Amino acid sequence: MKTIQELEEIRKRTLDKVNQRKDRTTTRIVVGMATCGIAAGARPVLLAIMEEVEKLGLTDVVVAQTGCIGLCKMEPIVEVIKPGEEKVTYVKMDAEKARRIVREHVKDGNVVEEYTMHVIQGKILNDYKVEKE
Amino acid sequence: MRELSLHIMDIIENSISADATLIELFIEENTLKNTFTIKIKDNGKGIDEEMLKNITDPFVTSRTTRRVGLGLSLFESTCLRCNGSLKVYSKVNVGTEVVATMEHENIDRPPLGKIEETVVTVLLNPSIDLVYEHIYNDKKFVLDSREIKRILGSDEINTPEVLLWIKDFIKENLKEISGGAF
Repeated sequence: MKTIQELEEIRKRTLDKVNQRKDRTTTRIVVGMATCGIAAGARPVLLAIMEEVEKLGLTDVVVAQTGCIGLCKMEPIVEVIKPGEEKVTYVKMDAEKARRIVREHVKDGNVVEEYTMHVIQGKILNDYKVEKE
Repeated sequence: MRELSLHIMDIIENSISADATLIELFIEENTLKNTFTIKIKDNGKGIDEEMLKNITDPFVTSRTTRRVGLGLSLFESTCLRCNGSLKVYSKVNVGTEVVATMEHENIDRPPLGKIEETVVTVLLNPSIDLVYEHIYNDKKFVLDSREIKRILGSDEINTPEVLLWIKDFIKENLKEISGGAF
């Protein structure tokens, strides 16, 4: 059974981390959490991101949530904002895809193209095959 | 929504948008009286009287991305389906309280679901404090984010390590008070 006293141990461990996160190298991962996002399954996506960040021991990462991004049919949406780089918007996320993004994009710096939003002839599509044809 | 905890998260998102700094979530399950009550109270900017009249109408919303808001109306339809009701009390510059009631044993009542994930999601916002009280018949569990902040000696409890700990902490305690019903 967990007790609230266990927080003491976490406190000792995390003090340094908190200071590190204030650097300008911090990556932000933002999940859309309005009615549309929640109904589409944003919560498990958010939890998966948190777990993966913790598992990989990434310290210069902030996980945050926001309201409706305005693209409800593409929810759950995850935005990855690395300092000095253009924002990357991932659409139709699920827990597994989100874990991959944390591993490949946030940690290793490789954008996972197949999950990003695609605008083709002014229309927002997210079927990667369409763009290739 | 498939879980009540998702409805709760949705309503709390409203509180966050209304600049609340303290949110009180109260859940009471009484299997003897067959009642399931959820109260969500915030100290946000409140809703004016005119808007409050039709607040569960999906075409009444303060959002600016479009003119439809489904959060409260979806929650209300869930409550009505379970022979309950949804009430919204609010005062401008004081705060808002949403009270949802349902029959506990109603076949249409969605499960509470992963309430611990809802709580953790809310606590991602470092400026927001949450008091979560859950009563199951005669047993009670309370979590106060201000207490966690005090023990940690920091307002930054929105790190994955702390939040995942809180998640498990809630889960274990709910199991305890409900005798394994969760």
